[in-house]
Amino acid sequence: MRVTFTVNGREESAQNVWEGESLLYVLRERLGLPGSKNACEQGECGSCTVYLDGVPVCSCLVAAGQAEGRQVRTVEGLAEGDRLDPVQEAFVECGAVQCGFCTPGLVVQAHDLLSRVARPSDAEIREALAGNLCRCTGYEKILDAVRLAATRKAAR
Amino acid sequence: MDFLRPTTWQEALAAKADRPEAVPIQGGTDVMVEINFDVRRPPALLDLTRIAELREWSMAGGHCRLGAGVPYAAVIEHLGGPLPGLAQAARTVGSPQIRNRGSVGGNLGAASPAGDSHPPLLAAGAVVEAESRDRGVRMIPAAEFYLGAKRSALEPDELIRAVHVPPATGPQYFSKVGTRNAMVIAVCSFAIALHPRERRVGTGLGSAAPTPRRAYEAEELLAAELDWEAPLDPALPARFGELCARAAAPIDDVRGTAAYRVHAIGVMARRTLTWAWNDHLEKRAA
Repeated sequence: MRVTFTVNGREESAQNVWEGESLLYVLRERLGLPGSKNACEQGECGSCTVYLDGVPVCSCLVAAGQAEGRQVRTVEGLAEGDRLDPVQEAFVECGAVQCGFCTPGLVVQAHDLLSRVARPSDAEIREALAGNLCRCTGYEKILDAVRLAATRKAAR
Repeated sequence: MDFLRPTTWQEALAAKADRPEAVPIQGGTDVMVEINFDVRRPPALLDLTRIAELREWSMAGGHCRLGAGVPYAAVIEHLGGPLPGLAQAARTVGSPQIRNRGSVGGNLGAASPAGDSHPPLLAAGAVVEAESRDRGVRMIPAAEFYLGAKRSALEPDELIRAVHVPPATGPQYFSKVGTRNAMVIAVCSFAIALHPRERRVGTGLGSAAPTPRRAYEAEELLAAELDWEAPLDPALPARFGELCARAAAPIDDVRGTAAYRVHAIGVMARRTLTWAWNDHLEKRAA
């Protein structure tokens, strides 16, 4: 089947999509957007997190056909041109990236948190990121990055 | 595989009547896992996310009518007042991403004995609104809905439209055992709901038998022996816990042993009764 939806502000179409295919597969393999990562394929790891109609979801658990006509925003859509989003900047500056595989999902999820809660408590950050696994044990620096991004965003 | 995309409830019922083998998909948090892992290759997926009414809820006729597609996130944000037990359970589901997609209706459709919604629905006395094109609406009490592991009373041509939950008239609690405080399928779980007007207590056991189930004998004990005006008889929570544990019929599996589950059900029953009773007395004193 053919699936058409808006990705990062642009309408995109994918052809020959298998009906059981996930939104994640369409993004990565058909639309050339490999930022969202494919790891657990069961909603456990959060590395495929994208916005679907403004709400963060695991794109591996969205059937591609369910995205028809909807708005998707991936990690590739957070920066404005060459200017990184404050969350992305903070991840770089705090060393919140080791192997980098979990990073796109964490960045999208943290981006959503800060759009809803300007100055989240540590408990709120941990709760928001509870579904994003990092296996390099980088959580402390990830928390640092989210705190820094919150401070920067609040100062703007 | 076909991908069916009804935009109205009537279209969805017609699609399910014509293609009873089609698997309904709402948030996808169960269905897509099975497809991704090649556990299931349904001939058709019936996408219900385009039917806006399924994401609505309302208070009418003394019940909260929760559309089958209302995500856990909305239950948590909006329904913690009238449905505290269900909202507590919803907070323990998966992660924020999962709670943004997963729904009580989907939990019912999957009918996993470990589903977090089931114990509070049983304790509150919820009723499932199922519908088919040819036979119309059927109201199924939660206690009659679960027939076996991942098997429900739903007929192949039926869809879940909503679940009706009586708003709480007394304290409710949900308790769940798992290895961490997020992203956990229950090792076992327990829900309690005090119904002070009826002088009765509802229970629900999760992940402790082939189906979610009530602990009837334990409920009868409290109906017979609770003095609703007084502090708890210190012996009662322990006896309640024992009867709840006796209602469990769990198995050994990767998440825990049967013996551990029986023990944990007893502990959770005792604790949640104590918490609920403390709230009950506080409210009376206020």
